Amino acid sequence: MSDLPDLAGHFGRYGGRFVPEALVKALDELDEAYRSAKQDADFQRRLHDLMTGYAGTPSLLYRAERLSERLGAEILLKREDLNHTGAHKVRNVLGQALLAQRMGKHRVIAETGAGQHGVASATAAALLDLECVVYMGETDTQRQALNVARMRMLGATVVPVATGSRTLKDALNEALRDWVSSVGTTHYLLGTAAGPHPFPEIVRDFVGGIGAEARAQCLDRLGRLPDAVAACVGGGSNAIGIFHAFVGDESVRLYGFEAGGEGVQTGRHAASITGGSAGVLHGARTYVLQDDDGQTVASHSISAGLDYPGVGPEHAWLHDSGRAVYEPVTDADAMAAFQLLCRTEGIIPAIESAHALAGAARIAPMLRAELGRPPVIVVNLSGRGDKDVHTAGAYFGILDEREQLAAGEQT
Amino acid sequence: MTIADVFAKARAENRGLLVGCMPAGFPTVDDSITSMVAMAESGCDVIEVELPYSDPVMDGPVIQRASDIALAGGVRTRDTLRIIEAVAGTGATVVLMTYWNPIEKYGVDAFARDLAAAGATGMITPDLIPDEAAEWIAAADRHRLDRTFLVSPSSTDARIAMTVGQCRGFVYATALMGVTGARTSVSSQASELVARVRAADPELPVGVGLGVGTGAQAAQVAAFADGVIVGSALIRCVLDAPDRATGLRRLGALSTELADGVRAAAPAGTETPPRR
Repeated sequence: MSDLPDLAGHFGRYGGRFVPEALVKALDELDEAYRSAKQDADFQRRLHDLMTGYAGTPSLLYRAERLSERLGAEILLKREDLNHTGAHKVRNVLGQALLAQRMGKHRVIAETGAGQHGVASATAAALLDLECVVYMGETDTQRQALNVARMRMLGATVVPVATGSRTLKDALNEALRDWVSSVGTTHYLLGTAAGPHPFPEIVRDFVGGIGAEARAQCLDRLGRLPDAVAACVGGGSNAIGIFHAFVGDESVRLYGFEAGGEGVQTGRHAASITGGSAGVLHGARTYVLQDDDGQTVASHSISAGLDYPGVGPEHAWLHDSGRAVYEPVTDADAMAAFQLLCRTEGIIPAIESAHALAGAARIAPMLRAELGRPPVIVVNLSGRGDKDVHTAGAYFGILDEREQLAAGEQT
Repeated sequence: MTIADVFAKARAENRGLLVGCMPAGFPTVDDSITSMVAMAESGCDVIEVELPYSDPVMDGPVIQRASDIALAGGVRTRDTLRIIEAVAGTGATVVLMTYWNPIEKYGVDAFARDLAAAGATGMITPDLIPDEAAEWIAAADRHRLDRTFLVSPSSTDARIAMTVGQCRGFVYATALMGVTGARTSVSSQASELVARVRAADPELPVGVGLGVGTGAQAAQVAAFADGVIVGSALIRCVLDAPDRATGLRRLGALSTELADGVRAAAPAGTETPPRR
């Protein structure tokens, strides 16, 4: 399992490269640059120095005492929310920005949904003195205006995308169109473990520290591996990041929780694996939300970061092989878990990560019954909830009309 | 007529071949048929029917808008096949351009069968490279369809050789690094790319697309390529027209201008010499 993908980027029947020929050379160059960087001690040292000295990793593995009591399980939170820029994304962008530099490319482009990857990209670009252009769906620029301001503060250009559904998928289309035109001088800093080969592999490896750290921290702390690992899945980078180190550990169950939106049966969701079918989108074969004609169907989730109608190809493969289990979590369940973490642990999670918490709460009794003891569950707390305060405030109705207005202006 | 036949005919007449592109179902199924027939009657040698797709990453704003209009109108894959059948039924040579997912969803072999039955000569696949195309290559052989893959100015010589080796009918050379859409001038990368394709395969006809929109540009490209592919400029005739009749008139006029272009002598001293 660990030797996937193959040299052409396939995870079984998934992955590969479904791209215009114009991009093939750049993808080959990226593949080559990545492989040589992997063997290059200087590159690895630089990346390591940035990860520890700048990004603040390794992130803590925190035993959530009160939450554990409530759920009847031993819950260990992988605190990616404490990283610089507030999410696991910083691991990927620092790696890719260093690669861009190595390839002599002085401009990076990125797509973003909630804005977290855009902010992380703008951060890395500022740090390494690269020009940065971020494509963001017009709808998302409105619901995540605070992150738009962050990106601009960091010196990035934010381009609102007004085509199609005006969300993440359209931002990705526009970034690909930019890249087709600018590929000689530009690196596409793809934000998740999806897209054409070698992106799923590169992103997985750059974020793979999440799982490697969590595994070592578990062994160190408990003297054993956890019973289960839980993560939310949109494009799937935080999930593949925490799964990868555990894939070979048969006793560790891997759970990916997709955005079930208003419920998979309503059609208003973003659960590509549990509510979609195999297809080709944005450069790879994977699970896709599509109609009978293979046209992409708009996704829905309260979480902008999970609101995407595809998923990384390695997740499609992990699903089909049975190694990982994928289940949908509705907006309502995610928001209940969001509130539970706030109130029991004093941690405001990203709504994305709240999907993983809700999933962990769901599997805890099942695992407890099966194992005859409280299960040890590592939950990837992939990001912090600052960006979601307005959404959550409105959802819970905890702001009066005047306060909502103020929050709206602020976000 | 097969694509090989129409290219041979154009070659015998010592002129370039004109390919005109229109999305199926834009703005409606019937209107798209009328548009395509008008294009064929006004001088387009080949009609390239584009299957509208929700995420067309190789297309610029004009084709995106036209595709969105077609999809919003409810056009389905089977409508595209019906349109092809109607247009091919008038005697026009029709080729399909499509992103890959709709074909995979339909079933590759079933689609190839139905496409051949509808009368298309083959398929242009902008986001399917030969590396991933084993199923399509087999289906095309089985149903006697032509395969047109793309080559780009960024393609290495090795990839050009591999790609033209998998093409049948003609190869699509993208004139520049970018998406579809008319440009003010023809990219200088185009003639160089055509020369590299010819070095790999002197026989396979080469069509050049991206950024061609006027008769003069068509003449310029026809001087060094076998075929000139025009999409956005033709589509804009319909998209920007105040009414349907005006759109059709403009579409016919531009087709005629482009057809004259591919027949015009090349401006002296530009690009590479014609190959004949």
